[in-house]
Amino acid sequence: MKNIFQKIVAILFLLVSGTLHAQTTEVEMADAFRADGKIYVVVAMVLIILAGFFVYLILVDRKLSRIEKEQKSSAEKKN
Amino acid sequence: MNLKKHWWKALAIVLLVYVHTVGLLAEVPRLNILNETIRALYFHVPMWFGMVLLYAVSVYYAILCLRKPGQGYDTWSVNFAHTGTLLGILGMITGMLWANYTWGSPWHGDPKQNGAAIALLVYLAYFVLRGSLESEEQKERLSAVYNLFAFAAMVPLIFIIPRLTESVHPGSGGNPGFNAYDLDSRMRLVFYPAVIGWFLVGLWLVNIRVRVQQVNKSNS
Repeated sequence: MKNIFQKIVAILFLLVSGTLHAQTTEVEMADAFRADGKIYVVVAMVLIILAGFFVYLILVDRKLSRIEKEQKSSAEKKN
Repeated sequence: MNLKKHWWKALAIVLLVYVHTVGLLAEVPRLNILNETIRALYFHVPMWFGMVLLYAVSVYYAILCLRKPGQGYDTWSVNFAHTGTLLGILGMITGMLWANYTWGSPWHGDPKQNGAAIALLVYLAYFVLRGSLESEEQKERLSAVYNLFAFAAMVPLIFIIPRLTESVHPGSGGNPGFNAYDLDSRMRLVFYPAVIGWFLVGLWLVNIRVRVQQVNKSNS
């Protein structure tokens, strides 16, 4: 009887330590990639694309403002 | 450029540069299955939040159309819906890519994914409806009414039904949203600027589209 009890306790301990172990193991992340410093290359590329997008948007915006101004002045001339 | 008038455009640029730098470099919670893809939260989810905000403004202009027809509110309403749909499509594509690597397949039959697809189809029908009408008055009135129904259909499809059923999306089907990530407050610091930034970019695109259409109109 005592033997069975000891076995159950042992199994319980095993289970508990098993789940604890699962919680503390490291989740795999791109740590080496970050340590190499190569992540900055990716960030730089993303920022270049973003900058290009915004420069284009600003240029379109300014061109449109110019057209609006021309249209306004030509409408005033007609009147 | 006059910064007083265009401050919100500058804000959009500053916020998105911040999001794309900090979003890639800052610490994120270490979670199984998600791994580094947890960062997709900064890029995929703001698309949907931006879409909902743009659709909400579109409904606001649709109501103005019905109250004061013929005042040009229709142009604003349709362009807000148009830009909202752009963000929605981008959200769909990025979501499918994310799902492929975390859920195992691009189309998982998740209720939120299905709901979002139906919502996008409802909005595509809005543009079909507009294209099929000749008279400007009819177009304004009918599409404004349809816009109200489309928004009223989108909200339960995206926000309510996925919460009632089994869904693998965070924030639905008993799954926690932000609280699933233990560093949630730090993630919020990047996530909310991303939402505001993309919404402002949406506003900018709407602004340009509306102005182009106004110039065209007064030319003809």
